Amino acid sequence: MNWLFRYANPHNFMRLSGVLLPITAIATALCLGVGLYLGFTAPPDYQQGRTVLILFIHVPAATVAMSIYGALAVCSLLSLVWRHPLSDIAARAAAPFGAVFTALGLITGALWGKPMWGTYWVWDARLTSFLLLLFLYIGYMALWNAIEDETRAARAAAILALVGAVNIPIIKFSVEWWSTLHQGESIVSGKLAPVFLAPLLIMMLGYMLLFVSLWMLRIRTAILERRARTLMQGGAA
Amino acid sequence: MSPFFTLLARDIKLAARSGGSAFLALSFFALVATLVPLGVGANLGLLTRVGGGVLWVGAVLAALLSLDRLFQGDFEDGSLDLIALAPLPLELTALAKMLAHWLSTGAALTLLSPLLALLFNLPPAATWTLFLSLLLGTPAVSAVGAIGASLTLSLKRGGLILPLIILPLLSPAVIFGAGAVSLTLDRLGAGGALSLLAAFSAGAVLLSPFAAAASVRLNLGG
Repeated sequence: MNWLFRYANPHNFMRLSGVLLPITAIATALCLGVGLYLGFTAPPDYQQGRTVLILFIHVPAATVAMSIYGALAVCSLLSLVWRHPLSDIAARAAAPFGAVFTALGLITGALWGKPMWGTYWVWDARLTSFLLLLFLYIGYMALWNAIEDETRAARAAAILALVGAVNIPIIKFSVEWWSTLHQGESIVSGKLAPVFLAPLLIMMLGYMLLFVSLWMLRIRTAILERRARTLMQGGAA
Repeated sequence: MSPFFTLLARDIKLAARSGGSAFLALSFFALVATLVPLGVGANLGLLTRVGGGVLWVGAVLAALLSLDRLFQGDFEDGSLDLIALAPLPLELTALAKMLAHWLSTGAALTLLSPLLALLFNLPPAATWTLFLSLLLGTPAVSAVGAIGASLTLSLKRGGLILPLIILPLLSPAVIFGAGAVSLTLDRLGAGGALSLLAAFSAGAVLLSPFAAAASVRLNLGG
């Protein structure tokens, strides 16, 4: 676990992320560029026509949106159990991205649903559980912002994130029990043609890198903000 | 009397007398059930179909009304500090408060539900399922709600944030509860849905005292 706690020190994190950030930023641009190029040059799907392009921006957004909750839950656990100071900042910084990617997944999904299913919104299991995920993110951010004392806010938010993490599989199961219309996954099962799969995987990597880059940037900003505040209050940083 | 039951009796007394939050929740529940037909129309067939869902959502919202005061009143007047100092573990304190909240709202709402089911033209079998599902499911509302209440107990306007953070977490209860009623209407047997609901409730009641106690502790500065 030692490597983990070395970066609990904001100073070490600043140094590491300062080196990593340009690399991940360039990799993000490359992945998104190549992924979009391959996506746009991919042949139209025999059933969906050109709308299959939405696949490349919809599926990665949804995948990243779920991964971010995982990151949030891990950070919250670190913060509650080991009082890892950086993970509070990291958890807080991750939540808005989670909400934005969830919203992006919902919006692109609605735009895709109109030509494919004939309606923007259907109360299908995955759409519904994503809508609930969006509300979980919003509630998490609202709790953070409502509590003034930062340490208390961090711990309260961490408890909420963990309760949410326990509950998400149950919500997912219950919503699936309730209704299923959305198509099943087709990446692992190999039902997706390689000409679509390659850009999709590159786009997924690109989205993931985009999140990691922006996340690091936000954590850095939060650390700098905290230092600036300490300096202004006349204390030692 | 043991500390647990003393606390339980005190909280029930407070719910029944001071401000009458138990009575308010029941009135709110009945009002929601009155407004929905005004909104969707008086078609009895339609009301039968939506009745289970509407009453479930109404019951959850009614139980929310008094949730924000679950710990807040005691926190503001300082009695929560004394309760926390008492030999009773904070987890059991949270459980007692949850139980008191359930008895004064969830259980009361459950008892009222057959009457409101009548207004929604639910057949007797569906009414019975609704009653059972509320009986099994409302403890989860109080339990998950107690987590939300303990997280927001120091907030002046916690009542606004509380629904936002707990309603998504309660969606399984609404799904299984209202689903059980729909299944009964379709003569498909509600046993599965009721079992899942009971499992959700049991899990929530078992785990939430720990989460609630942890967040009370952090709010008391521990």
